[in-house]
Order: sequence, then C-alpha cells, then structure tokens
Amino acid sequence: MATTMAQPEFRVRIDDVRCQQCGRCVQQCGWGVYTFDERPMPDHSACRACHRCVTYCPAQAITIEQNPLAYRDNPSWTPALRRAAWRQSETGGVLLTGMGNDRPYLNVFDHLVLDACQVTNPSIDPLREPMELRTYLGSKPDAVGVEAGPDGFKLKKDRSFAAGIRLDTPILFAPMSYGSVSLNVHKALALAARRLGILMNTGEGGLHADLYPFEDNVIVQVASGRFGVDSDYLNRGAAVEIKIGQGAKPGIGGHLPGEKADQDIATTRMIPQGSDAISPAPHHDIYSIEDLRQLIFSIKETTGYKPVGVKIAAVHNVAAIASGIVRAGADYVYIDGFRGGTGAAPQVIRDHVGIPLEIAVAVVDQRLRDEGIRQRASIIAAGSIRSSADLAKAIALGADAVAVGSAALIALGCHLCQGCHTGSCSWGLTTHKSELTRRLDPEWGAERLVNLVSAWSHELQEVLGALGVNAVESLRGSRERLRSVGLDAQTCEIIGVKPAGL
Amino acid sequence: MSTLLERMATALDGVARAGLPGERPAYREEAPFKIHGGCGLMGICDESGARMTGEAAIRAMAAQRDRGNGLGGGFAGYGIYPDFAGHHAFHMIYHDEQARLDSEAVIKKAFIIDEAEPIPRRHVDSIVDPPLVWRYFLMPHRRKVEAIGLPIDDIVVRTVMGINAGVDGAFVASSGKNMGAFKGVGYPEEIAEFFRLEEYQGHTWLGHNRFPTNTPGWWGGAHPFSLLDWAVVHNGELSSYGINRRYLEQFGYRCALGTDTEVAAYLFDLLLRRHGLPLELACSVLASPLWSEIDRMTAEERELAQTLREVYGPAMLNGPFAIVLGFDGGMVALNDRIKLRPLVAARQGSILMVASEESVLHEVLDAPDKVWSPRAGEPVIARVRRAEEAGAAGAVPLAAEVA
Amino acid sequence: MTTATTATTQYGLSVDTPPSVRAGEVATIDCKGVYYRAVNDAVRAAIESGATTVRLINVNGQRYIGTGLRGEGVRIEVDGTPGQALAMFMDGPTVEVTGNAQDGVGNTMNSGQVVVHGSVGDVLGYGMRRGRIFVRGDAGYRAGIHMKADEGAAPVIVCGGKARDFFGEYMAGGLLVLLGMHSAADGPIVGGHVGAGMHGGAIFIRGTVEDWACGTEVSVSPATDAEKAGLRPVLADYCRTFGMSLDEVLSVPFTRICPTGSRPYARLYTYL
Repeated sequence: MATTMAQPEFRVRIDDVRCQQCGRCVQQCGWGVYTFDERPMPDHSACRACHRCVTYCPAQAITIEQNPLAYRDNPSWTPALRRAAWRQSETGGVLLTGMGNDRPYLNVFDHLVLDACQVTNPSIDPLREPMELRTYLGSKPDAVGVEAGPDGFKLKKDRSFAAGIRLDTPILFAPMSYGSVSLNVHKALALAARRLGILMNTGEGGLHADLYPFEDNVIVQVASGRFGVDSDYLNRGAAVEIKIGQGAKPGIGGHLPGEKADQDIATTRMIPQGSDAISPAPHHDIYSIEDLRQLIFSIKETTGYKPVGVKIAAVHNVAAIASGIVRAGADYVYIDGFRGGTGAAPQVIRDHVGIPLEIAVAVVDQRLRDEGIRQRASIIAAGSIRSSADLAKAIALGADAVAVGSAALIALGCHLCQGCHTGSCSWGLTTHKSELTRRLDPEWGAERLVNLVSAWSHELQEVLGALGVNAVESLRGSRERLRSVGLDAQTCEIIGVKPAGL
Repeated sequence: MSTLLERMATALDGVARAGLPGERPAYREEAPFKIHGGCGLMGICDESGARMTGEAAIRAMAAQRDRGNGLGGGFAGYGIYPDFAGHHAFHMIYHDEQARLDSEAVIKKAFIIDEAEPIPRRHVDSIVDPPLVWRYFLMPHRRKVEAIGLPIDDIVVRTVMGINAGVDGAFVASSGKNMGAFKGVGYPEEIAEFFRLEEYQGHTWLGHNRFPTNTPGWWGGAHPFSLLDWAVVHNGELSSYGINRRYLEQFGYRCALGTDTEVAAYLFDLLLRRHGLPLELACSVLASPLWSEIDRMTAEERELAQTLREVYGPAMLNGPFAIVLGFDGGMVALNDRIKLRPLVAARQGSILMVASEESVLHEVLDAPDKVWSPRAGEPVIARVRRAEEAGAAGAVPLAAEVA
Repeated sequence: MTTATTATTQYGLSVDTPPSVRAGEVATIDCKGVYYRAVNDAVRAAIESGATTVRLINVNGQRYIGTGLRGEGVRIEVDGTPGQALAMFMDGPTVEVTGNAQDGVGNTMNSGQVVVHGSVGDVLGYGMRRGRIFVRGDAGYRAGIHMKADEGAAPVIVCGGKARDFFGEYMAGGLLVLLGMHSAADGPIVGGHVGAGMHGGAIFIRGTVEDWACGTEVSVSPATDAEKAGLRPVLADYCRTFGMSLDEVLSVPFTRICPTGSRPYARLYTYL
C-alpha cells in the first residue's frame, strides 16, 4: 500500500505470553489485518476495531487500542478531519462509510424523561397484569358504521376500511437490502419476525425465493431502482413500501458496486450479473406529489388493495412532506431520522444531512393532527432506536411503531465498525463472501433477534406499568407523559414536551 | 398578573376560597397543573320518569363523605326545568360582573336569552366568597344561527368552548335542556345547601365528591363535567388524558378546565352524538376489552371489537375509573377494564341506583330488589320511559320521596 | 386528608354524636346515624370494660370496624352493611356480618376470623398472614392477593359463590377456596388471571376452570382424592357456619391451582 499520511486509527495489541499461536485471528479477520509468521503479525492500518478476533481468540490475548498517536490539539481541525483531508488528497474520492451518523449532535431522546404514577393513580404491575402491546398499522377511518342485528351489534360492511397489519409488539425490522446485507441476515430477520409476530422488510434488493415461506411477515419495498419488482413480488408480503429516501442519505440514491452483485443478488434484483445496481435518487416517475399518489394506487390496484406505505428521510420540511404523503393515500409513513444506518453512503451526507428522528416524529404527528388526518396513516419511526427507552419515548411523541436496523445488526454481531461498504464484514453480515456469510447461522441469529425484541418488549411493559396504563394505545402520542431535561425552550415547544417541573 | 396557581388559595384551614375579589383569574390557557381526583360518586334514575327531589342524591353523597375532602362537590339533575323543556339551560359560574357581561356577549352571538337570573342560593358558613352563579334559558336566534350554518348542538359546543377558553373568569357548568349541573368547592352536602338542591325535582340525579390532591379553590374543577345534555362524574384518574385530549382537539374540542374528567364528557359527545355509536359500543370503546378477550370472541364479534379498538385507540380511557354519564333519557355507569375503582348497583322497582359503596345505596333505597357489582367494562344502563305527550304538558306527578 | 369537621347540614353522620351503648358481657351498640370514629371508639371502650361480645346494630357504611383490634376472645357481630376495611390489621378477634360487606375486608389481617353471611366487595384478604375468612356469597376483584403464610400457620379464605378477575394474584402462601354455589352473579365461577404471579400457597375451585383464565405462573390440575380430603376440616367448619352439607360440597371434582415455582420471574432479568 502506498504511504499514506492518514495513520491507523487503531493498534492491535497481542499479549505474547498468552498467545497460543493458534492462528484463529488470521482466519477470523475479514479485513486482512493478520499475516502469520510464527506468530500473528497485525497490519494496524487495516484494523477497524470490529472485535471479531478479540471475541474468538481462545486465550483472550488480543485487545484493540486507540492508536495513542499524539496530534497537536485542535478542537476545530480534529484528527478525523485531518485524516479525511489527507485521504481525499491522495485519492480524489468521495469518502464512503457505513452504519449511522456518529457525530455528537444533541440526542433528544437522551433529554427526555418519562412519568411514573404515584399515590393518586397507581402504577400497574406488568408481570402479572395484562399489558397490551398489540398494534395495528394502517389507515383508519374516523368513525365506524354499525348496525343492530338479532345477536347484538355488528359492523356495517365498508369496503374502504381493511383491518390493519398486526404487530404483536410495536417494533419492526428496518429495511436492509439483500445486497447490503447477506442472505443469512435476511433469513434470520424473517425467522425472527415470524416468531415475534412482527414484520421484516426486504429493503430495495428484492425478495429472495428462500424467503417466500415467510411472506406474511415481510414488507416488500419498491425503491427507485425497482429491483426485483414485478407483480408477483408485489403480491407477496403483508404490505408494500415505496422508498423515497432513507435517513442516512437523504436526497441521494443507493449504489451497490458490481463486485458485490453476485449471481444470486443479481437474480433477486432482476439485473444482469456484475452490473452496478444503482438506485437513482428520485423515482423517475415521481416528480410531484400527484405522481406519488399514482404510484401508490397502481400498487394497490395490482395487489388487491394491500396496505402501501412510504418511507422518507427526516428533512427540514418533513411535516409538510408527510402530510402530502398521507393525502396521497399512503397507509403509513416511515420516517427515518438522520442517525439511520446504511450499507454505504458518502460520509458528508450521512453525517450532515437530515434532522433528528425525535423532532421529525413530533412535528409530523402534530401536523397530521392539526390537519385532522392523523388517523389516515400510521407513523413508523426509525434511525436509531437504541433501547426500549427510545422506543417508549418515540411512541409517546406520536409513533405507532418503531423500526430497528442498526440494533438488529448489533444483535447479530455487528460492532459498528462502519466497514459495511467494503463488503468484508468479519461478522458475516454486510458481505457476500461465502467464507464470511456462513459465519451467521440464521437460526442462531433469529434467536438473538427474538431475545432482543422480547427483552425490549418486556421493558416497554415495565414502562407502561409505571405510567399506570395497560395498553400501548394510551401512551401513543401522549406527550403529557414526557418531560424534557436540559433542552432549550424552543425545541421543547416544537416537540410539544414540557420541561420537567411544569 | 399572577399565575393561576398563585391565585388559588391553599386549603390549610379547611376553607376554600374562589379567588380574591377584584382579581380575574384567566382560565384561557389550560391550567398549569392537572387536578387529580380521588372521590365518591352516585347516580340514581327513576325509569318510570317520576321525579324525585334532590334529597336522595344529597343523602347519598353525605353517606360517603369520607371519600372526599371538602374541596369539591357537585350534582346534575335531569327533568328539573319542565317549564323550559325546550330551552337550552346554561348554568354559568362567574368570577365577577365583567365576566358575566363578556359571557352574555358570546351567548348572544347565536342565542336569544329568554330568561336570565342568579341561581337561587342560600348562605353556607363554610362556603366563603362564592362566585356569581347564574342561569339562562336560551333559544336559538334563527337568523344568526342560519348565518353560522352549523347544527344547533355544534353551536352550543362552540359557545361553551369559546367561553371556557376565551372569557376571563367565566365557565359554563352545564348547557343542556331540562337539566343542570350544580357544583363548587365544598362538600357535596354544602354545595347542595348552597344551591337549595332540595327544591328541585328530577328523574335522574348524579352526585360527586372530590378529593383533589392539588390545592385549587376552583369551582370549575368540581364534577360533574357537562356539555349539552351530557354530564359526567368520575372517580379515579385517566392516565391516558394526554392522548385523549390531543385526539379530541382534532375534532374541535378545547380542554380548558384542567381536569382529566373533562375528556370523558367530550368523548361521549363525540362517540354518541357526532359518530352515532350506540351507547353500549361507545362504552366498549372507552373501556375496551382486552385483546385476549377479543381473540376468544366469535368471528363477527371479533371483527367489530377489533375494528373499534383500531379506530378508537386514542379514545380509550386508561387508568382506574368509575364513571357515571347522565344523558337525555337516562344514565350509564361504567368501570375501567380491570375494575380498579369500586362501583355497586341496585334496583328497587323502577329505580336504578349506582354508587361507590353499597352502604350508600342502602341509605336511599330501603328494600332493593337486587344489589350487584357490575363487571369491569360492563355498562349499567338506565333508560327513562318517555312520558306520553299528553302527560308531559301537565304537571308531572310528584314522586313519593325515595326513603 | 379528611378532616372530619362538623357537618353543617342536616345530612350525613355527625361526628359528635356517640352511639347508645348497652353495656355488659354482650354490649349492644346502635350505630344508626353514628360516624365511624364514634362507633369504633365505643367498640374499644366496650371491650375494655369487659365485654366479650359486641353487637353492632343498624350498621350502614361505617368504616374500619374491627380494624386493628386484638384479643382472641373478642367477638364482634355486625348487623347491616359495614363500610370499607372491615377487620383490617385485625389480630385475633372474630367478626361476623349479617349482610354484605364492602371493599377491603381482612386487609393485612394477622389472625382471627371473619364470617360474612352475604357477599364482599373487592380486595378481600389482601396480604393476609393468618386467620380465616368465610364468605357465604360472592367476592369481587382481586380477592386473596398476596396472601402469605407465616411461621407455620397459613391463612384461609373460603368463598361460597363466584369471584372476579385476579383471584389469588401474587399469592405467597395460604389456602384460597371458591365454591361457586348459591351465587346471584352470572358468568363463570371465576374471572381471568387467576393466580397471576403466584409463588406459594394453593387455590382450589369447585368444578372446572378454563385454562385461559389462569395466569402463566400456575399449573392447573384436577384435585386428587387426597387433596380433597385435605380440605375436609376447613370445609366442615365452613359448612357448619352456613348450614350447608359437606357431602354436597365435596360431591363434585375440584380443580387445584398451584404455582410452578417459587421464583416465577427468575429468567426475566439479566445483568451487564
């Protein structure tokens, strides 16, 4: 490798006394850090701190350190910015990265706290008393027509209202395309979604045939590249999602390099093998809101009126956009905040474009209520939901459900090393090299996903119990149960949350 | 201008004041705190339409005095204004004369005031500095109503919301026909004495005493909460208040009275009057069956129950509650879905009575045919048989006092 | 907090009026129109003066009767509808009610006996530690919650009628029996979530119980002959109290509900 001015970020440190020279680290590292000459010899510049070697070393002999290289202190020109400038002058390239925004912007969730009941209203014990998390996504009418019958009341038959998509807990798996992640990841997600009674999402890479048996727990996505989209595809799945944008890269499209498009991926995407898979930024048939309506209804006509949702990135006028989308006929709006993850995105876009999810959900929810159309579509919030606390707060701000992508990958072993775009993920997740993909056993992965989502669901029940409600509907949109700590007054007003003390 | 909280008296000496004379509390914004109530309640209805004096309700509330703390009491009576049966009877609470003038101006935007007078009252030692209490019998002003172009009931709602949220120092205690709410700060027996409740006769009465845990000297915070012919008394707390309120605001309701019970009254108005749901289904919206119960229903029942829950999730009342709703033609009592508050019912002849404690029923009914505890989420409904047209025009027979 | 100020109106119970008491070994107290403070003061005074039986007549709604009372040999007879929290924290005496009782009977009762010739409201025997409660009729919601056994002696509740949801919730010890006989209530013998969170003690229900009605921490099985035989002493006392036939009570199968383990939530938690 040519000499670069950007020094390695990490240093691999091996305890020679403990090291058994077994060579496991050489085999496990996907980035090619190690060569072996009587003992493991690390090339620090290739290390991404993914901890695969650390985890699998039988002697616990490896640790990864921040390279203790001193830079002259400069809070404005951080070492990361200097290294980026050196790389770009060496290559002339756009800096690519993976996963979600890692800049230290204010995290609104971390400044929100939840209420608890005392004295005047008891909390409820979620372990013993029913605590309902079931959620139905979709368009709902404002009122219901009933008629009296001989055995009591029944529904008047109304063609325009179909029962929503059922989720046993208000969590979905976020769209991650087959191509950005491996097939085994998709299989793990599908297995887990079925066991949990929730849904996964194909992302823009189409639906692999191996997943057909799970179609009732799948949302099929239609992105601008229309990969894998034909009427058969549209008719599989519990719902269809039109992807307009995603939180990590608002306004730009996706790019799967030809090298990553092996035969299987190409078949699933319905493109020739080896060709780049480019999702253009806009759907080229949607240049105005009425075009979106046209696309939505053409899908509905094709699928016998399945629910159709629209996924957007959270940007400045997200409230107006969401309102337009709802009026265009979408059954749900999926809002991806600026911390949403990706398999590959230019760093400048990932880190500097878009707005936080918490604010986006709050303003969308309020705008739809102001216009009297909140019932017409559900809101799914994503980008990055990191814990059950984020889940509870997102629901209180107005989300019907959340979607988890980064958290799901972390459950499967991701360590957020942001190396997804290289296709060499040591954990076998965002890669297609078979020696790496086989590291993820879908059954094992499904069990871990089920564990994570179940744990968060139990924690959400604990939170609901403390709030004195026994159904998630009574927290949904109830800003009254949140207070802010350390948020400026204007943000509080924008998200409709009072400061603690009021 | 001092805050609402500063103007509220503390009740350290056990006596509550309605605000210092000369000051005009602004009720325009939602009160900065939510007043939680623990309480006792009752409802009584003679399904034959025979009217009884307010004494039955007063005795019932006195019998559960320990459930309140003297900072709120109230009643609603139905059938009390037979001579003005076709008029909208507005019961108004005013802090001062200016509030009265401002409110009357709002009323006159759509109504003709056929009669206006202070509500007859008597002095009660423990009720210090009471506000002005007035009643109006209104008819729609035909030309003005046509110009507004809304159904009369919606105009009434608008007028009420406009005064509660927009007029300093005034609020509407009730706005129905041939009914009225009487409420304020004090034990219910004291409020009853203040309003001379024993002089009224009605076929349906609701009663309530309050145990607020904040310290309002606020007549508007007492129950019942009333809009049009609906009157609600409530024991418990609605932890779903935050979303219930935001849901109602989408439909034009303004929750200005700072108490969670307000949303119950407006939800009934929305579900029953505007959405036309039958009473039993409106109750199952507010106290929804659990999913585990819905899953066990027959296919047709399940379809209806699931649809109602999907559509009306934000209307569900969560938290412990026992509620009695009075309406034109009867009353309904309802518990939360896991019955965290007490409610007992009894029948004696044509009379149905509910209360927070069984002993309250025995205080009023000497020989009930049946006494029972309703189930969680199961409404107890009383319906007044409509008097024949001929009979209604003349004197309604006085009911023998319910002893 | 309620300050029981003097009622300023003609209604309600006046705090100041003491009840009329006929003293002796059997003291009779007329509770009509008397506030609960005065009633309970009179009860305590009668016991201190040597009464072994106190008869309360014209009871309607007076609270806390028998609350905190101690002494094995004391007997309280209540004629009418006692108010909330009858025999709460009671430790030793016997209370017998002719009429229905309200909510909170036997709350945290330490020992003694309560007999109700009628039905009771919600929250019967909450946290009971020892002693017995016999109810002829129905119980409401949350009966027998967190009953516990203490130093070898176990509390017992027998209800002759039906009960509602959360029967025996969080039980830690003791015996809870439901017979479903002579009940005016409609619906099944017991509501949902029976024994939710149970981790000790035993529940017996006369007849069968639907699986879905029971919490997830219990196992449901037909009571064996030996188990039914084990109930005989308690049920014999119960039948004697209410003039019922023990043979008739035991003539049908019973269902036994008991916890699957003493730490039902052990697997739910994890640590960093």
